[in-house]
Amino acid sequence: MVSIWFFIGISLLVNGVLILGAGLYEYWHPPAEQVVLYNLHASVWWGALMTLIGGWYSYHFKPRQKKA
Amino acid sequence: MTNLYAFIVPARLVHLSAVDVVIVVFYFALVLAIGFYLRGRANTGEDFFMAGREMTAWVAGLSFLSANLGALELMGWAGSAYQYGILATHWYWIGAIPAMLFLALVMMPFYYISKTHSVPGYLKLRFGEPARAVSAVSFAFMTVLMSGVNMFAMAKVMQIVLGWDINFSIWVSSLTVAVYVTLGGLRSAIFNEVLQFFLIWAGALLIPILGLYEAGGWTNLKLQIAQRASDQYVHLWSGLGSFTDNPMGINWIGIVFGLAAVISMGYWTTDFLVVQRILAAKDIRSAEMAPIIGAGFKMFVPLIVILPGLLGLAVLPMKLVPESVAAATGMHSYNDVLPLMLARYCGPGLLGLGITALIAGFMSGMAGNVSAFTTVWTYDIYRPLINSKGTDHHYVNMGRWTTVIGVLISVGTAYLVMQFASIMDYVQALFSFFIAPLFGTVILGMLWKRATGPGGFLGLLCGTLSSIGMWAWVKADPSALRYVALSPHAKALAQDMFQALWSFLVCVIVTVVVSLATKPKTDAELTGLVYGLTTVPSVGDIPVYQKPVFWAGVVALVFLILNILFW
Repeated sequence: MVSIWFFIGISLLVNGVLILGAGLYEYWHPPAEQVVLYNLHASVWWGALMTLIGGWYSYHFKPRQKKA
Repeated sequence: MTNLYAFIVPARLVHLSAVDVVIVVFYFALVLAIGFYLRGRANTGEDFFMAGREMTAWVAGLSFLSANLGALELMGWAGSAYQYGILATHWYWIGAIPAMLFLALVMMPFYYISKTHSVPGYLKLRFGEPARAVSAVSFAFMTVLMSGVNMFAMAKVMQIVLGWDINFSIWVSSLTVAVYVTLGGLRSAIFNEVLQFFLIWAGALLIPILGLYEAGGWTNLKLQIAQRASDQYVHLWSGLGSFTDNPMGINWIGIVFGLAAVISMGYWTTDFLVVQRILAAKDIRSAEMAPIIGAGFKMFVPLIVILPGLLGLAVLPMKLVPESVAAATGMHSYNDVLPLMLARYCGPGLLGLGITALIAGFMSGMAGNVSAFTTVWTYDIYRPLINSKGTDHHYVNMGRWTTVIGVLISVGTAYLVMQFASIMDYVQALFSFFIAPLFGTVILGMLWKRATGPGGFLGLLCGTLSSIGMWAWVKADPSALRYVALSPHAKALAQDMFQALWSFLVCVIVTVVVSLATKPKTDAELTGLVYGLTTVPSVGDIPVYQKPVFWAGVVALVFLILNILFW
C-alpha cells in the first residue's frame, strides 16, 4: 500500500514548485501592486523549502515493489 | 443600486491568480485520487468504519488533531484573538492539553480493550441499550446538522473572501467529500486529514513569521498591542482574578473548572468525531501515543491561529468590528483577520496555498463529521434497533449509502440555514448541551464500578435537560446570566463555561444517587470496562523514552512552562 507520507510528499513538492516558480517570476517581473514585505521574496524561499521537504518525502516514501 | 450593494456586501478580500487556481484544483484532484486509490481497501466493516485498526501513532495522532482544526476554527479563533487577546490561547492549552493527556493515559485503554466501534458503543457495554440510544441518536442528529451549519458558514466565507457563488462552494466541496469517504471510508478520511494538517501549517506558518518581522519582534508587538488595545491582551492568567479585569469577562474558575475540567474533557475524551481516529490505532501503545502526539502539536497551533490575530491588532491599518456591525457598515469583522493577514503578506502561489489550507480544513472537518455519523448510524442505531441480522457486507453497503445520505442532509441543512440564519445559533447551542453530561456519564462508568445502568441513563438525561434549561433561561431573560455564572459582570463566553460545569455536576449527582438506589452489576460483567476490574494491557517491554507516560510528562512540562512564560 502507498504510504500516506508519499501523498504528503507529492503535495508539498508540487505546491512548492508552483510557489517557487511564481516567486521567481515575480522576482524578475515585479508586480505593480506588491504585498507587504515583498522585498523578502517569501515565495522564493518558502517555495524552495517546500520543494526540498516534499522531494525528500516523495523519494523516501515512494512505492516500492516487494522483493520476491 | 450597484453602489448600495457594494456598500452592504464588502468587496472580495483577495483575488486569485492563475497559479493560485492551479494549487486549489491540484488539491481537489489529489484528495479524489486518494479516495479512488483506497476504494479497494474498504471492503469489510473493520476496514470501512475503523480503517482496519492499523493506523500508526503518528497518523492517528495527526488525524485526531486535524479533525478539530477546521477552517472555521482557524478563522474564528484568530478573530477571537483580535477581539480578546492572548486569552483565546486558553482554548488551545488548558482547554485541550490536560484532556488529551487524560484521554491517552486513563481513558484510552478502556476504549481500546473493549474493542468498541464508538463512544455510544462503550455506553452500551457499560450502561446498557437506553444510554447508548440517547447518546447515539443525539450524536448522529447533531453531527449532520453541525456539518451543514459549517458547510454554509464556509461557503459564506468563500463568498466574502473570494467572491465565489455559495451554491458552487456547497456542492463542489460536499460532492468531493461524499466521493472520497464513500470510496475509502474512515481510512480515506484519515489520510486526507493528515494531508490537511501539512497544508495548514505550510499555508499559515508564514503569517506569524512575516508578521513578527514586520512588528519588530515579540517585545515590540506587545508594546504596540498595549498602545492600541490594552496590556491585558498579552497576559494569560494575570487578569483572570475577576470578571472585570480581562477583555473576555470571565474568571479563572470558569476557565479551570468550566473549560478545562468539563468542556475540554468532554470534547476531547467523549466526542466520537475525534475519538474515532484513536480507535483506528494499530495497538495499545499507538492508541496511547496518538493523543500525546496530538497534544504536542496542539500546543503550537496558537502560532498560526492566535498570533496572527494579535499581529492583526498591531499591524493592520483598519479597525475590525463585530460581525453585526460589519454586516451593517461594510467594514471588516474580527473573523476576517486571518484572510486579511494572508492577503497582506502572500503573493501569487502562497495565497493559493493559504486558501487551499482553509478549504482543506473545511473539507476534512466535514469528512470527519460524515464518517463519525456513518459509524454511529450503522453500528449504534441501524444494527441494534432496525436490522441486527445483516452480514458484514450489508453493513458496509449501509455505511456507503449513509455517507451519501449524510452529505445530502448536511447540504439540506446548509440551505435551511441560508433561509433562516437563526438556526445556526440554535444548532451550535444544541451541540454543547450533550458534551458535559456525556463526559460525566463516561468517566463515572470507567472509574466507579458501583455506577449502574439506570444511574448512567438518568444522569445523562438530567444533565442534558439541565443544560437546555439554563440555556433557555438565559435566552428568555439575559439578566439570568448573573445567576448561572455567579457574577453580574459575566459575559457570553462565561455562560458556556458555567453551564457546562453545572450540567456536569447534575449528571454526576443524579448518576450517583440513582446508582446507589439500584442493583449494581457483578464484577464479572464489568471486567474490561471499569478501572480496578480490568487488567490494562502493557505497552510492552520498551525503553523509557518510548513509553507514552514519558512523552506525556514531556508535553505536560512544556505546557506548564508556556503558561508561566505568558502568565
